[in-house]
Amino acid sequence: MTLPLAQDLPLTQDKQPSPLPAARAAFNRLPFARDLRFVARRLLKALPLLLAVVLFNFCLLKLAPGDAAEVLAGESAAATPEYLAELRARFGLDQPVHVQLFHYVWKLAQFDLGYSFRHNMSVRELIMGRLPATLLLMASALTLAVTIGAMLGVLASNKVNSWRDTLISVFAMLSFATPVFWMGLMMIVLFSVNLGWLPSSGMETIASGRTGFSYILDVSRHMVMPVATLALFYVAVYTRVMRASMLEVFNQDYVTTARAKGLSENRITFRHVLRNALLPLVTLLGVQMGTMLGGSVLVETVFSWPGLGRLAFEAVFQRDINLLLGILLSCSFVVIAANILVDVAYTKLDPRIAMS
Amino acid sequence: MPPKSALALSRRALMIAAIALATGPSPVLAQTPVNGGTLTFALSPEPPFVLTSINTTLQMGMVGSKMMESLLKLDTELKPQPLLAQSWEISPDGKSYSFKLRPGVKWHDGKDFTSADVKFTVMEVLKKLHPRGRSAFAKVIDVETPDPLTAIIKLSDPAPPMLTALASSYESPMTPKHVFEGTDIAANPAVSKPIGTGPFMFKEWQKGSFILLEKNPNYWDAGKPHLDRIVFRIINDASARAAGLESGELQIGGLSPIPLTDMVRIEKNPALAIETRGYAYMSPFMLMEVNTRKPPLNDVRVRQAMAFAIDRDRMTKLVWMNYGKPAVSPIPSPVVTFHSTDVPKYDYDVEKAKKLLDEAGYKAGPDGKRFKITHDFIPLGSDYQRTGEFIKQQLGRVGIDVEIRSQDLPSFFRRVYTDYDFDTTSLYYGAFADPTQGVQRLFWSKSIQKGVVYTNPGDYRSEAMDKALEGAQSENDPVKRKALYLEMQRIAMTDLPIIPLMETRFITIASAKLKNHTLTADGIIGGNFADAWLEK
Repeated sequence: MTLPLAQDLPLTQDKQPSPLPAARAAFNRLPFARDLRFVARRLLKALPLLLAVVLFNFCLLKLAPGDAAEVLAGESAAATPEYLAELRARFGLDQPVHVQLFHYVWKLAQFDLGYSFRHNMSVRELIMGRLPATLLLMASALTLAVTIGAMLGVLASNKVNSWRDTLISVFAMLSFATPVFWMGLMMIVLFSVNLGWLPSSGMETIASGRTGFSYILDVSRHMVMPVATLALFYVAVYTRVMRASMLEVFNQDYVTTARAKGLSENRITFRHVLRNALLPLVTLLGVQMGTMLGGSVLVETVFSWPGLGRLAFEAVFQRDINLLLGILLSCSFVVIAANILVDVAYTKLDPRIAMS
Repeated sequence: MPPKSALALSRRALMIAAIALATGPSPVLAQTPVNGGTLTFALSPEPPFVLTSINTTLQMGMVGSKMMESLLKLDTELKPQPLLAQSWEISPDGKSYSFKLRPGVKWHDGKDFTSADVKFTVMEVLKKLHPRGRSAFAKVIDVETPDPLTAIIKLSDPAPPMLTALASSYESPMTPKHVFEGTDIAANPAVSKPIGTGPFMFKEWQKGSFILLEKNPNYWDAGKPHLDRIVFRIINDASARAAGLESGELQIGGLSPIPLTDMVRIEKNPALAIETRGYAYMSPFMLMEVNTRKPPLNDVRVRQAMAFAIDRDRMTKLVWMNYGKPAVSPIPSPVVTFHSTDVPKYDYDVEKAKKLLDEAGYKAGPDGKRFKITHDFIPLGSDYQRTGEFIKQQLGRVGIDVEIRSQDLPSFFRRVYTDYDFDTTSLYYGAFADPTQGVQRLFWSKSIQKGVVYTNPGDYRSEAMDKALEGAQSENDPVKRKALYLEMQRIAMTDLPIIPLMETRFITIASAKLKNHTLTADGIIGGNFADAWLEK
């Protein structure tokens, strides 16, 4: 008989004799041992995937006509053959493609994302510089969207086909159908140009010397419109998913049982239905968390938000391959991490789902 | 009955009042600059760094020219004026240019600006690394520095365009020797944190957000600059720039910062002022490049027919909202010294175009079509796309079927200047203040350089043209030089390897409170803003 693997054992496994040395047994007794092991194994599995992502992206980007040197020369509105040759040599573009790829992968193996010649900065530095702005925008927008979306979904499903349900559905459809950039521009026209309440772009008042609370207030004022614009789009999705999922759970037998037991409708909604209805929402959130790092190109462009989305978008047109590869790789990593987190979250929400 | 004279008087009084209203505050008030204030400047796209002596991106010039200055500047009439050089003298044979430098000028780090810096800039930076400088300074053999305030540029042959090249803080900023000497210039950190002699000093650059400059308290022109700070905000969305200008968060934006379709609204806004001067140095110009390698476009009659078939007046009015002037020759009219109207003309004439095409042997088929060509417009925004669509419409009327192709900028460059895989293009390019800087590269057979952007992609070769261009490069006599360029324009408009479409009028939009922002031929791109001030 083969020995069962640790993660296949029931939780009562520590009563059985451990087949492995004491250290492993001790590890298994830690509260999150199973989670940690699960995460580590998934991360290891992700390595070949990440390498495939790098290879695929590299080849794809190399297929695009034109290179960074041509773009720079084009922007200079002038060039000579020597000038272009010099730029290409500096950027390493004079090497054969397979040598370029080898150099890139070799650097990656040393945890070096390379150098962006376009920005005269290392890719890591560039990404880290933009990361806080992106995370701030995306996390705020997603949090707002999930909260409001879940609330509206519950409210709509609670009295299905009532005027309240219709109103919420209409709102959700409208905000989903409205183009993000249009919404953003209209907000700017209303709140910045006409009313003058909010700044139209940027993340902070430049060189204002603000610190502490006043700085937080300043950034918050700049955040209102981009976060609202982005959240509005996501709210629609979450509302729809939450509503559908709640309705499905409401039809389950155990809800009927609960009703028969004489539980109040509120108690049924919040204690019995809501928790089970959250699973599809978590799935969706996981998918969207994965795209978080990419930011939102449209919102970042309209509001001149200094995020990663814009950086990546511009890198495409500047043929800044190192930078683009770096951002894509980081995004892939976040997608993988988000997926793992979602899987862990499933087991916490629904004990019937086990990790394996 | 009131006497007639009283009535006349009151009418005159009204007229005076009306004039006073029309001209705004009294000139005396407008002339007294106010010190202080922060100027917020819209910038897009974000430049990679800001040293225009090694990369001449216009946005780089906008930022760099406030910190780094050139020896001379060109006034709006394209006449050189002193800046870091107080005076200059050209030897009669045109082979020696002697500059007397302004005393007491210091770099931002406190070191003196001397003739050694001039020598370093010309010999080590402009001549070796500047995209246009390699040709502009090709004849320079040495820079002599007899004393710290005298620099003498020695040439092997006369090169009259050199003075124009030296007269713009965008084109040729003096570059500090003590910072760059012995280093890899392009990799030196000072390319992103410039040390110059200008009225503003580099303070901070937050990539993707802003570049901040502060007043130079030790500026050589005492009492200037008037502004405390300049902030360049990176705003890539045209509608967001429009909103920023309208809400007053931005005080200035150049290079036509908003779509022309929004200009109708902006023009009516009393808080904003529109300026179209300040672009003569670059002389932006719309033209159609034609690939003359293969039929039918290798036939000059076909190219002439195309020129007759495109109504440039309508294009200027409809597509460019009158922010332009229909072009008649390849040297645009702001370059007053060399511009010629005495050239073969191609006024809109559909019948003439059809007749020429018939003569060339391209008769209309049963569907009215004669042949099919492609058209690639430069992807710089909706105005350029509409230009392409306009051309398609116009050529369609004479039976030329045009397929418009759109792509991103790197693909456009690769297709046109490396692969030569195109029939016609429409694009804007800089004609520049001297034809050797901008116009020559389009027509010279020696600038058929595969892989180099903005050269002669249509494979046009003409001995007469080469002779005129090469003669003008080193002709020291201004009268003879002008004659050569007039001849060159005649040849260009006869052979039509490119079809000039329109002289672009770039727009600077600024707050009505901002004064003196455009004083030179390079406007806000090369102007140092020492005189600019904000009305309270």
